[in-house]
Amino acid sequence: MQKLINWIDERFPLIETFEYHMSKYYAPKNFNFWYYFGVLSIVVLVIQIVTGIFLTMHYKPDTGLAFASVEYIMRDVEWGWLIRYMHSTGASLFFVVVYLHMYRGVIYGSYRKPRELLWIIGVIIFIALMAEAFMGYLLPWGNMSYWGAQVIISLFDAIPLVGPVLAEWVRGDFVVSDATLNRFFAFHVIALPLVLIVLVFLHIVALHAVGSNNPDGIEIKKNKDANGIPKDGIAFHPYYTVKDIVGVIVFLMVFSAIMFFAPEMGGLFLEHDNFNPANILQTPPEIVPLWYFTPYYSILRATTASFLPILTGAVFLVALLAILDTRNTMKRMVYAGIAVVLAFGLLSGVLEAKVWGVILMGASLVVLFFMSWLDKSPVKSIRYRGWIYKLALTLFIISFFLLGYLGMKPASGLNVILAQGGTVVYFLFFFLMPFYTKWDKTKPVPERVTS
Amino acid sequence: MKKVLITIMLALAPVMTFAAGGSGAKLDHAKVDLSDQASLQNGAKIFVNYCLSCHSASYMRYNRMARDIGLTEAQLAEYMGFITDDKGKFKSGALMKATISDDAAKAAFNTVPPDLTVTSRSRGADWFYTYMRSFYRDEKTPSGWNNVVFPNVAMPHVLWSWQGTNRAVFKTDDKGIKHFEGFEVITPGSMTEKEFDNSMRDLTAFMVYMGEPARLVRFQLGIYVLIFLAFFGVFAYLLKKNYWKDVH
Repeated sequence: MQKLINWIDERFPLIETFEYHMSKYYAPKNFNFWYYFGVLSIVVLVIQIVTGIFLTMHYKPDTGLAFASVEYIMRDVEWGWLIRYMHSTGASLFFVVVYLHMYRGVIYGSYRKPRELLWIIGVIIFIALMAEAFMGYLLPWGNMSYWGAQVIISLFDAIPLVGPVLAEWVRGDFVVSDATLNRFFAFHVIALPLVLIVLVFLHIVALHAVGSNNPDGIEIKKNKDANGIPKDGIAFHPYYTVKDIVGVIVFLMVFSAIMFFAPEMGGLFLEHDNFNPANILQTPPEIVPLWYFTPYYSILRATTASFLPILTGAVFLVALLAILDTRNTMKRMVYAGIAVVLAFGLLSGVLEAKVWGVILMGASLVVLFFMSWLDKSPVKSIRYRGWIYKLALTLFIISFFLLGYLGMKPASGLNVILAQGGTVVYFLFFFLMPFYTKWDKTKPVPERVTS
Repeated sequence: MKKVLITIMLALAPVMTFAAGGSGAKLDHAKVDLSDQASLQNGAKIFVNYCLSCHSASYMRYNRMARDIGLTEAQLAEYMGFITDDKGKFKSGALMKATISDDAAKAAFNTVPPDLTVTSRSRGADWFYTYMRSFYRDEKTPSGWNNVVFPNVAMPHVLWSWQGTNRAVFKTDDKGIKHFEGFEVITPGSMTEKEFDNSMRDLTAFMVYMGEPARLVRFQLGIYVLIFLAFFGVFAYLLKKNYWKDVH
C-alpha cells in the first residue's frame, strides 16, 4: 500500500493535496449550526448530478413525449419514482441550504476582507443555480413549466430595441416550443452543471487559500503557535469530517421525510398545475414560479408606474446621505449626478415601469456582489454589532419572507403595496449599509474565539 | 434564543405557506383509504366500465394497475379480455386508452375529454369526490347537465342512474351574486345517497392511486429509511464525540 502511494506521489501531489485541503487545513474550532450548510450544498449537488444522470436515461426532451416520459419514469421505470422525487426534492432543498449558507455569510461577515472573492464566486454560483433550476423546471413540460418559462423569457422583451429579438433568440422560436425545450435540456444537463462544478471548485480553492471565517468573525491565522498552526484551529480532517457526517445524516433525515411523506410539499415543491400537460391555449389561473424565485418575482411585479416616484424618493435619500457623508466635492457631484440621472430615468417615462421591474429584479441579485464594500463596520460578526445593524437585518429578513410569500399570491390591491414596501426595505438594507454600519456602536472583539 | 427562533423560522418556512386553490365551491373531504384493496378494486371497476369509455389514463398500464390493486393476470384476462393488440391477442401491458376516438368525442362533446391519469394530483382528491357528486339537471346546457364544482362542464352525469337526478337550488344575494344552497331530488336513483357516496369514494381512491402508484409503497419505505438513518446517526454522533474529546 505504502509503495503504491509513493508511486503515485512521485507522479501526482496526492499526499500534499490531501494535507493542504483536509488533514492540515485548519478550521476554527468554534463552528456552530450555521456551518453545516456548505457541506450540505455539496451533498445536494452530488444527489442532483447522480439522480439527474439516471433521469436523463429515461426522459425524452420532445414536446410530444416529455410529459409522458416523466409519468413513465414515475410508473414503469424501476425505482423511477424515487429517483425523480430525489431530484425534485433535491432542487428545492438545494435552495434551502444555499439560502441558509448565504445567510450564515451575512450574519458572521464572511463576505468581508479578505474573503471578497470567495463571496463573489459564491454569488455567481447562486445565479448559475437559479439558471439551472429555471431551465430544469421547463423539462417536465407541465402547464406551469410552460407558462413560467413563457413569462420569464418574455421579460427580455422589455429591453428597449433588442429585447424582442433577444427573447426570440433565447427561445429559438416565437413562443416556448420544442426548440426551447431541447436547448433548455442541453443547458440543464450539461452546460450549467459543468459551470457549477467548476465554480464550486473555485469556491473551495478560494476558501482554503484565505481560511474559514467563524461565528466570532476574527482571523484565527493572527494567533499561531510555534509550529505555525492557528491556536484556535483544528484539522478539517478528522474533526470536521466526523462532525459533518452527523450533520449530513440529520439533513438526509429531513430530506427523506419530505421525499417519502410529502414530495409535493403542499404544492410548493411540485406545483399542482404542473400535473396538467403544457397547453399553449390554456393559461393557468395564476402563474406562480417555484418558491425559491418568488422574492425576486415579487420585486418584478411590485414595480408599477405608481411605484416609480417612491423609488425616486429612495434614490434621493441614499444620494443625500452619501453627499453628507463625504467632504470631497468631486464625489459629491458624482453622487448628485447619479441621483439626477436615475430620477430622470424613473420619472420621465423613457423606460416603462415593466423595464424598471426587470432592472430591479436584476439589481436585487447584482447588489450582492458589492456587499463586501458596502459594509463599513469595524467588526464582522453579528455578535459584536450594535442594535442598528440587528434592526436592519431583522427588517431585511422580514421583507425577504414577505416578498417570497407575496410572489405566490395574486398581485392585486394590498398585496402590491406590501410588495412595494418589501422591495424598498430589501434595497435600503444594502444601499444604506455604508451609513448605518458606520453609525452603529460595536462591541469589542475578543483576541481568541469564544465557544 | 433569538438565533434559535430564527433557525426554527427558516426551517419551517417551506411548510408555513400552503398554496390554496379551488373553484370557490365548498369541497367535501374524500377520506380515501389506499390500504383498502376492496375499495381500490371497486374504484377500478367503475373507472374501467364508465370513465374509460371517453377518458384515457394513457400513462398507466393495465397489468401494473392489476398487480397494485391485487388482481392476478388471469383475473385481468377474465375481466378485461377486450384489451388486445393489433392481431386480437390479449395484451395485459397495454396502456389504458379511451374507447372513443378523439374525433368522435369532439363530435359528441365539442371537446376531447382530458386524460385522467394524474388528474387527482392537479385537482386534488376532495375536488374530484365533490365534483362527481355535484351534477344537477340544467336545461340550458347542451348535455342537459351542469355541475356546481365545475360550472358548464361539457361532461354529462354518466352515473345518473345510480345517483338519480337532482335540481340545484341557488339563492341570489342583494349584490346579485348567485350562491349554491343545496340539491333537491327530482327522481331517486338505484343507490341510496350513502351507497353512491361510498362508490364515489372508491372511485376517488382509485384516481388517487392512479395519479401516483408510488403512494402505495413510499410511506412504508420512508419509515424504514428514517429508522436506518436514525440508527446510523447515533453511531456517527458517538464517533464525533470520541474524536472531539481533545478539542477544548
